[in-house]
Amino acid sequence: MAILSLNDIAKDKIEAVQDYSLLAGRSLSNLLSQPRYYADTLLQADSIGVGSLPIVVLIGFFTGAVLALQTASTLEKFGSLSLTGQLVAFSMVRELGPVLTGILVAGRNSSGMASELGSMKVTEQIDAMRAMGVDPTKKLVTPRVVATVTMLFFLSIISDLLGLSGGWFISYFWLDLDPNQYWTTAYQSLRFGDVFMGLSKPVVFGFIIASIGCYYGMTAKGGTQGVGRATTQAVVAASVLIVVTDFFLTKLLMAFFHY
Amino acid sequence: MLLRFDDVSIGFEHPVLDGISFQLTRGETKVLLGEAGTGKTLILKLALGLIKPDSGRITVLGAEISAMREQEMYRLRRQIGMVFQESALFDSLTVEENVAYRLIEETGQITPEIHARVIEALEFVELANTYNLFSAELSGGMRRRVAIARAIITQPEILLYDSPTGGLDPVTSNTIIELVVKQRDVYHTGSLLVTHRLQDAFTMASHYFDRKLNKMVPLEYGSSRNVHTTFLILRDHKIIFEGTATELLRCRNPYIREYLS
Repeated sequence: MAILSLNDIAKDKIEAVQDYSLLAGRSLSNLLSQPRYYADTLLQADSIGVGSLPIVVLIGFFTGAVLALQTASTLEKFGSLSLTGQLVAFSMVRELGPVLTGILVAGRNSSGMASELGSMKVTEQIDAMRAMGVDPTKKLVTPRVVATVTMLFFLSIISDLLGLSGGWFISYFWLDLDPNQYWTTAYQSLRFGDVFMGLSKPVVFGFIIASIGCYYGMTAKGGTQGVGRATTQAVVAASVLIVVTDFFLTKLLMAFFHY
Repeated sequence: MLLRFDDVSIGFEHPVLDGISFQLTRGETKVLLGEAGTGKTLILKLALGLIKPDSGRITVLGAEISAMREQEMYRLRRQIGMVFQESALFDSLTVEENVAYRLIEETGQITPEIHARVIEALEFVELANTYNLFSAELSGGMRRRVAIARAIITQPEILLYDSPTGGLDPVTSNTIIELVVKQRDVYHTGSLLVTHRLQDAFTMASHYFDRKLNKMVPLEYGSSRNVHTTFLILRDHKIIFEGTATELLRCRNPYIREYLS
């Protein structure tokens, strides 16, 4: 195996960022021209959205439950147990709902996209598509990006709801909190900025998940080993990028809404 | 003139093609021969615009594609059919969906008219009863035939075959070559064919498709019938021979004599 110089490594990384940016940009610009593959988009939405639902429901519910459980002991010391609903609402809606759902969907769907498109790439199916006059970014990438952005938005909402429900479950059955008090504090504490923050993040995360998955798939090489490598890299890159982007997005939105 | 290469060169870490020039006329079949790594498949990919040359001009159906943008190429590629080495069928689609791909790529819907065209194309390759199977359920030879059906369904102006008999047994290879000869003689489509098998190349040059008998038959001795098949041999990044089978057999070049033996 040849040893690459730092120069070569840097050039490779910059070229990768360039190629990714071009693919990501094209995935959006394709929406402005024909043909548009509505059927493929719906199929992807079903696979990504409906397919991810059971796991999102479970993770959302238990995340909210464990939040309530963990924070109860601290809140009790300050005589603020009644704020459990508010705490779960803030945490789920602003942060944990979108981020955990994003990372879950990245693990499930970014890997799926990378392996599917990677398999097509190494068996020349992508070249066959191009040879038949079909733009693979329009046919394969754009439907996945649109479907993931749309579905992650709704999945995050469902995750938030299930998280609040999990928190309620613990509050009512373990902490003997009044359910009315729980839901009222949860609802009243949320402001427009909190909801906007919680619903704008899935849009960005969805774009990251799909574009990263498709990028690693379309650039896979080296047979089945290369496809495996692309799948792993897609999940890692998407997850890391979600967490990093979350930090900057949170900072930006907090400044915008004067938190 | 369907296709012309003017002084085309391309290399990756080292030169692969250097100053390649040839042309393909309507109804002509050009067989590309040469050792592995001489750039035969690369010529097909250049002709399709899947790769851009480092220098030179490539003209396809009157349009210069060497500097054409990818988006502009898509329209042109609809007039070209390609049969890939490993068939490259879409494994999540049925045979019918594969063959009809160009016709249904926007809607995914197979109308009765499209179904009829698919059956006609599959009948050409004698696989009409496989339309609802998936590619994994087919043998290698059957997949290759479906790939041919997919390439010809829109009656393209140019056909590109990348080792259509690669990895197949002699009997199946003969079936594939018969289909290529049938396409050549019935529809007079211009085509480039890459092959490692000399016997396939000479079969094409010494046989024709008899429509009455509905099979490939050898040319009679001394026949003046023109099968419009020429040979291109590549070596050391260049074309070292271009001509008919008769001219090839009479060639005194020591490398070519060794290659043919």
